[in-house]
Amino acid sequence: MVSTGSDGLAQVIYLDNQATTRTDPRVVEAMLPFFGERFGNPHSVDHAYGNDAETAVEAAREDVAALIGAEAREIVFTSGATESNNLAIKGAARFRKAERPQVVTLATEHKCVLESVARLEREGHEVTVLGVDRDGLVDLAALEQAVTERTAVVSIMAANNEIGVIQPLAEIGALGRARGAYFHSDAAQALGKIPLDVNAMQIDLLSISGHKLYGPKGVGALYVRRRPRVRLEPMMDGGGQERGLRSGTLAPALCVGLGMACRVAAEDMAEEARRITALRDRLVERLREGAGPLTINGAMDHRLEGNLNVAFDGVPAHALIEALPQLALSTGSACTSASVEPSYVLRALGVEEATAARSLRLSIGRFNTVEEIDEAGRLLVAAVTRLRQSQIVAAQ
Amino acid sequence: MTSPRIYLDHNATSPLREESKEAVVAAFQLVGNPSSVHSFGREARRAVETAREAVAALVGASPANVVFTSGATEANNLALGAAGERRLLTSAVEHPSVLEAAGAERLPVDEQGLVDLTVLQARLEGCEEPAFVSVMLANNETGVVQPIAEIAGLVRAAGGLLHCDAVQAVGRLPVDMAGLGVDYLSLSSHKLGGPKGAGALIVLEGAPLVAQQLGGGQERRLRAGTENVPAIAGFGAACRVIDRGFVESETLGRWRDRFEDKLLAIAPETRVFSREAARLANTSCFANPFLPAETQLIALDLAGIAVSSGSACSSGKVSASHVLLAMGAEPALAGSALRVSLGWNSREADLDCFLEAWGRLYKANTEQRRAS
Repeated sequence: MVSTGSDGLAQVIYLDNQATTRTDPRVVEAMLPFFGERFGNPHSVDHAYGNDAETAVEAAREDVAALIGAEAREIVFTSGATESNNLAIKGAARFRKAERPQVVTLATEHKCVLESVARLEREGHEVTVLGVDRDGLVDLAALEQAVTERTAVVSIMAANNEIGVIQPLAEIGALGRARGAYFHSDAAQALGKIPLDVNAMQIDLLSISGHKLYGPKGVGALYVRRRPRVRLEPMMDGGGQERGLRSGTLAPALCVGLGMACRVAAEDMAEEARRITALRDRLVERLREGAGPLTINGAMDHRLEGNLNVAFDGVPAHALIEALPQLALSTGSACTSASVEPSYVLRALGVEEATAARSLRLSIGRFNTVEEIDEAGRLLVAAVTRLRQSQIVAAQ
Repeated sequence: MTSPRIYLDHNATSPLREESKEAVVAAFQLVGNPSSVHSFGREARRAVETAREAVAALVGASPANVVFTSGATEANNLALGAAGERRLLTSAVEHPSVLEAAGAERLPVDEQGLVDLTVLQARLEGCEEPAFVSVMLANNETGVVQPIAEIAGLVRAAGGLLHCDAVQAVGRLPVDMAGLGVDYLSLSSHKLGGPKGAGALIVLEGAPLVAQQLGGGQERRLRAGTENVPAIAGFGAACRVIDRGFVESETLGRWRDRFEDKLLAIAPETRVFSREAARLANTSCFANPFLPAETQLIALDLAGIAVSSGSACSSGKVSASHVLLAMGAEPALAGSALRVSLGWNSREADLDCFLEAWGRLYKANTEQRRAS
């Protein structure tokens, strides 16, 4: 996959699939009629245009629900995972504040979870932010201690956006259910990559992103369990759409796009995971051979197949990125790309500041080819070698 | 949908203008996240910033004033979140996204649907602290245009803040943020020929704002979440092609006026709402005491004509329009109201088709009444 070239960069390899993914052509195809003649407002129940749009939205809702083992009416469409996370966490905590004033989360969550929790703390909620182990995994014993009958919601992401580490969702779900705390999981990165089942994992609230799943930007969803019933305070006043939980005109094109992205994921997930795992392992092997010593941050055995978070000894990440305009990669979350601080996620794992400043995130996706991975490996090895040598020269 | 249909419900949503659709489709080829610093990210960022300039230019604002949102409901909620502890005054004919805000006090309107400025003045004087006022520019049901510049004068003199929901007005009337004197302006993409899923809140420098959707630092920390690049690009493209001379609006206004004359010629007892006030040129809202809305909608839908009984978000409910009730309409008459709204791809022939179908229904109903 190459950049479209208005920068004059003809051949840039996209290895930033955790920041966002290319919208799958099948998804674009499914959306196109809704930017054309099927333009109705799905809330216009008075005529055929509205009914047509509503029917399409409801079919998409079924597709989203099917991917996580939910019922269609448990799916609330939103503008994206940031909104879903805000709605789930603030909505649940505010609704339950009187009986359950506490909120529990992890230090490695996405910024929108941590910011939501910080806002709650200012509103007088009790907030517990748990650390993680060296691998990036939650400490279940510490979680068991933290979650009580006073906990409104436990928010722990399914898979991390920087290190790809997958949390033990079923164990967390069981723990939450036993104490009556809602279990919310931000599955923006995990959905479509690993199997998720809200019933088997006892998940009460699950956040979904379109654009991390080869679907469109500007759409996401929140799964809201009906039995036992999960209650939320909505964030927005208005027309009362989405069963009162999320006002605002739905965008049928985007809902249909998300639905199609979920359908494609349901069909291709297992095969795609095998293919991407092979690509990542191939890349790791090349890098270990040619660009070692290096450190991989986070657990390798509980990890999204497309993710590699790697620090090359002696090579600052920003220098490597500057040296490699042919590769699109990042030091971490896109939301904090402009920040020069080392990643708070890596720091939470106990990664030393110097190593964190050398860490890169490579994320491989559906449209990457073997040729691209080999080329990326070659470029990385060459750049790491060159940068190390220039440092030795500089030191002399 | 199979048979050709006539769409007269542009105030609920408009089809995409061609230029907007092209921009959306092109933007789906952009891969990056606008927050990413690599070339893919920078391309996506450029698309967002180009759109920001177009949106700002349409309402005479600076691009730095534009906060992109998922739509007007979010923009209205974001604006009203800035009210804080201030007393919140709004009109009785606002969209639910304003009307339902906690603690909102509703200002009465006259029978044309216009805010009573004397009452506003008195309320402003009665406030101990400067108030937060939210009044829409043009109403979604009747099209009535509020005297926002005058309202702004009163609010400013009282040291308050003014939000204006301009969703229905932008693209149909010249809207100039500075000329209006408002602090916040809400816009919707899909009401002006852009895609659904994008909107904007325009915020004057110095006006307070409290982020509601928290997370990454997008939109100058005022609205977190990865930008909806294709929808924003389409929104910008739609703004760019809006005719600043508003010739389209003039044409629609002529058609609308002729349409209402013909309607009244068929059924003189019909009441056309807000007809004596300044109105959007594209909107006609009327009620005939003998024809319940439900009966009309079913007949018109069968004839392939799409109109609305009120605002789309509440059309699932049977209750009469809060807008018409606030204007003093009898509940039975309000429950008979239909809204016909024109847009960029309307033809005058569409209105003739409506009149033909509606006239048939009216005639049948008249005969039925005479027989019984």
